[in-house]
Amino acid sequence: MRGADVTVEQVREGQELAPLVHDVTATTIVLGALASRDWRPMHHDHDFAVHRNGMRDIFMNTPTQAAWFERYLTDWTGPAGRLGRMRFRMSGSVFPGDTMVLAGVVRSVDVDATGCAWVAVDVTLRVGDQTCTECAARVAIPTGPDDNPWDRRGARWQP
Amino acid sequence: MSSGAEQGGLPDDVAARVGCVQYEQRGGFPVERGYIWSTCASVENANPLFWDDEVARTITGGPIAPPTMLSVWFRPHHWAPGRTGELLPLQVHFDLKEHFGLPEAVISENTIVFHDPVRPGDEVSSRQILRSVSEEKTTRLGTGRFWVIDVEYRNQRDEVVGVESYTGFGYRRAPT
Repeated sequence: MRGADVTVEQVREGQELAPLVHDVTATTIVLGALASRDWRPMHHDHDFAVHRNGMRDIFMNTPTQAAWFERYLTDWTGPAGRLGRMRFRMSGSVFPGDTMVLAGVVRSVDVDATGCAWVAVDVTLRVGDQTCTECAARVAIPTGPDDNPWDRRGARWQP
Repeated sequence: MSSGAEQGGLPDDVAARVGCVQYEQRGGFPVERGYIWSTCASVENANPLFWDDEVARTITGGPIAPPTMLSVWFRPHHWAPGRTGELLPLQVHFDLKEHFGLPEAVISENTIVFHDPVRPGDEVSSRQILRSVSEEKTTRLGTGRFWVIDVEYRNQRDEVVGVESYTGFGYRRAPT
């Protein structure tokens, strides 16, 4: 196991994760849309987004936001961290020129009946004062240096 | 609109669809590393699981795809020879909207549960299952129905690799 991985004794309820700040450009939006095979024009065509959708500009699609949330969480856990579940609630859009800030708080830490350690993290994606997306994530992390959540299958994996 | 008899506020023909598998579909191509790297690059994800084969071998028994890429493998090509008509993801959502004659619909919540990892070379299939449809409700958006649709993803060994659950609300705007 790699030394950089967060283990359960290093995590406590209420712990705040270091924020991730990223300046969004049109390239950010288009790269994400194409990587996620989302060809819909509101994610790459400014005129379509403005004149057909009534939006301010092209905007980030949901799969790209999910990929940003995943990156944010595993930057913190290290590669042994394994996503179990993510719940999204979208309330605003992310546009070129925005500075987005992802921030997270640990809501709970527990070990299930199979011995798997779970961390519940609430992550928000904000632009200025507006919360654009809320994500409630459940991530498995090692209980110690000899544990690897990725080894779990079948009944030993209860996400 | 349904003309069937209603039981508990739900037309019989819709009630009969609850729990049934619909729209089984295979991904358009095997899972491949080019898209994995493009996705990681698009969000500057340096997780060595996706970039360093030795780390991937040690931790996940070989390369895997980022879990949040589940739905990527199902988006149709922008063009394909001989194809006519548009393929809609989450077709059950649009079916219900049409069935109930509801002009507007939104997805109010989306949950993804991750199971066995998806690996390069996997051939993933998906299927949609209607889990529930509510009675008519009125919200600030208008009057309509909530429904929950699961999309199950399986690999070529029929192992579940993930389940996405969507809560949709189809509605008619309140008159102004």
